[in-house]
Amino acid sequence: MAKSNVSTKLLRGLYSVGRSDSSVRIVISFILSVPSFQDPLDMEDQLSEEEISIRDTARDFCREYLAPRVLELTEQRLDKSVLPAMGSVGLLGPTIQGYGCAGVNYVSYGLIAREIERHHRLGLPFNRFGAVFPVMHPINTFGTEAQKQKYLPALAKGELIGCFGLTEPNHGSDPAGMDTTAEETSGGFDIFIIWARCKWDGKVRGFILEKGLRGLSALKISNKLALRASTTGSIFMDNVKVSLDALMPGAIGLGAAFSCLNSARYGISWGVMGALESCLVQAQQYALERHQFKRPLASFQLVQKKLADAHTEIALGLQASLRVGRLKDAGRAVPEMISIVKRNNCGKALHHARVLLDILGGNAAADEYHIGRHAGNLQVTNTYEGTFDIHTLILGKAITGVQAFS
Amino acid sequence: MQPTAARFLNILVPIKRCVDYAVKIRVNPQQTGIDTNVKHSMNPFDEIAVEEAVRLRERLKDKVKSITVVTLGPAKAAETLRTALAMGADSGIHIELPESAPPPEPLGVARVLRAVIERRKKMATEEGSGTGGGTTDLVIMGKQAIDDDLGQTGQMLAALLGASQATCASKLDVDVDKRVAHVRTEIDGGAEELVCTLPAVITTDLRYVEQPRYASLPNIMKAKKKPIEKLTPTDLGVDVTPMLETIKVTEPPKRVGGSKVGNVDELVKKLKESGVVAVA
Repeated sequence: MAKSNVSTKLLRGLYSVGRSDSSVRIVISFILSVPSFQDPLDMEDQLSEEEISIRDTARDFCREYLAPRVLELTEQRLDKSVLPAMGSVGLLGPTIQGYGCAGVNYVSYGLIAREIERHHRLGLPFNRFGAVFPVMHPINTFGTEAQKQKYLPALAKGELIGCFGLTEPNHGSDPAGMDTTAEETSGGFDIFIIWARCKWDGKVRGFILEKGLRGLSALKISNKLALRASTTGSIFMDNVKVSLDALMPGAIGLGAAFSCLNSARYGISWGVMGALESCLVQAQQYALERHQFKRPLASFQLVQKKLADAHTEIALGLQASLRVGRLKDAGRAVPEMISIVKRNNCGKALHHARVLLDILGGNAAADEYHIGRHAGNLQVTNTYEGTFDIHTLILGKAITGVQAFS
Repeated sequence: MQPTAARFLNILVPIKRCVDYAVKIRVNPQQTGIDTNVKHSMNPFDEIAVEEAVRLRERLKDKVKSITVVTLGPAKAAETLRTALAMGADSGIHIELPESAPPPEPLGVARVLRAVIERRKKMATEEGSGTGGGTTDLVIMGKQAIDDDLGQTGQMLAALLGASQATCASKLDVDVDKRVAHVRTEIDGGAEELVCTLPAVITTDLRYVEQPRYASLPNIMKAKKKPIEKLTPTDLGVDVTPMLETIKVTEPPKRVGGSKVGNVDELVKKLKESGVVAVA
C-alpha cells in the first residue's frame, strides 16, 4: 500500500527567460519534493500502516498529554496519574499478547519509545514504559499462568508499578557476583522482580515480591541529578519470607535476567534517538530565532556543522535500530546486535546533545530550553542497561573471541 | 416495522479522506487543482462523527447494534477506514474509485450512500434476519469536508432518503425506544434544539464537547481483523461522474504591502487615485 509522505517540503524554482525584442516569455518552474529534515531517509516508507498508526497514537498522546507536564514533573518527582493514562492508551507492555496488552511488534515498541523520550524528556514515562521488559517480560516469559493473570493486566493498566532488582551496591557491572541469596525454608513500588542466587543449587532465579512483605523495604534515592521524575529506590531485604508461588519457574540463570534487559536495551536505542531529535529541533529553532552580530546563529558555519552532525547520527542510528527491530521480529536477533545499537545510539546521542547544548549559549542553563535536561538524562542512559564500555567488551569478544572482562 | 427492530440502532458513518489540515496547499502546475502528493488524513469533522458514534454506544450500550463506516475514494482511502475501525467502528465499506477518477460531487456521494443503505436493507431481508438488522437508523457525518467546504452531502442524503436531518450538530442524544434523536445544532446567534424521528441524518459541527480519542494500541491491533467490504459505484448502480467541470484553479493574488500616509489630505488623495468614490 503506497504511503503519503509525512511533511514533504516543496521547493520551486522559477526561471523566466525574456527577449527584449519579443513578447515571448518562457517560464519554467520545477517542483522538487524532498523529505523534510525530520525524516531525511524517508523512514516513513519503511514502516507498515499499522506501525504508523501506533506511532501516531504514541506521538499524539505524548505531545498532548506528556509534553505539557514536562516542567511540572521535575518538581513533583512522581505523578501517579501519568501511568494509568499511558495504560489506557495501551502503551504499557505493548508487545505482550493477551492479558490486556496490545501485542505489537518490536519495531512498534521502538517507535513508541522514541516518541516518549522525544516529548517528555524526563525519564519518568520512559522508565515506566521501559519497565515493560524488566518487569512484565519476565512474568510473561517465565511466570506461571496464575502469576500472569494476577499481575499483567494490572501492570498494563498502570495500576501496579513494578521494579527490577538486579544491580547491587557492590555489584553493578558484574551481577554474577551478587550478594542477594535465597534460601529454601519451610512459607513507592508494589511488586519487585528480584534476582537472587539460590543457595540450594547455586543458580540465580527470579522472584516476584509484593510490597508489604516483612523485611522488604524500598527507600528513595533522593536528590538525583538526572531522571529526576523517576523514582529510583534502594531495595532492602532482610530475611524476607516468600512462598514458592513467588518463584517464576522459567526464570533460571543469569541469562534469563539478561534476556529481559536485552529487549529493554533495544528500546533504549530508539528512545535516545528520539531525545536527540528533540534536541535537534529545539536547537534549529533557537538558531533561526537568535540573532548575534546582526545575523541568525543559523547563518554561522560552525552552528550548521553541529546541526548537520547530529542530524546524520539520528538518521543512521534510527536505521540501525529499525534493522535490529525487524530482525527481532523475525526471531533472528542476537545480543551483540543489540549491543551495537545500544552502545552507538546512546554514545552518539549523549555527545551530540552536549554539542547542540552549546548553541543555546547561556540559555543552556534555563530549564525551558530542554536540551540541558536531555543531555543530563542521556548521561544516565549511556551507563544504565550495560555501560558503554561493557558493550564495547561484548563486541570485542564477538570480534576476537577473547573475553576482556577482568 | 416490528417492535424488536425498534430496540436497536444501526449507525452509518460516512467518512472522507482529505488533504491533512496542517498541509500548506499549493496549486498544481496544470492549474486544474491542488497538489495532492501530500499528507492525507480523515476529515476532522468526520473524526468527530466517528467519535460521537462510539460515545453513543458507550452511553446506550447494547442498543447500538452496529457502527459501520463507509468511504468513497481511491485505494488509499482504506487507510482512513482502518483509522475509524481503530477508533471503535465495527466494520467498513470501501467504495473504490480508480486513482485517476475526478473527485466525486456531493450529489454523487449522496446517491452512493443511499444505494449502500438500500443494499444493506435488501441483504438483511433476503437473509431473513427478521430483527430489522438491515435498517440504517442513524447516519452521522461531518457537516463539511475541509477540502471543498461544500457542506451539502448530508442534506442531500436526507432528502433522497426522505429522512429527517439536523445539521451542524453539537450535541446528540438518542431515545431508542421512542425512535427519536434529540439534537442541539449551532445556528447564527446561538443554538437550536431539534427532535428528529428516526431514521435521521445528523451532520456534526466542530463544537462538540468531547474531543476525538486516541486510537489505543489494542484497538489498532483489533482493527486489523475487522472486515472491510469492497464495492464499486457500478456494483451499486450509481454514476458518480461529476456534473461540473473545473476549468481553472489559481492562487489568490499575492498580498501587496500597505503603506502609511502622513495626513488626512494624503489619504484622500490616495483614495481618489485608486478610484474610490464617495457615496452620499
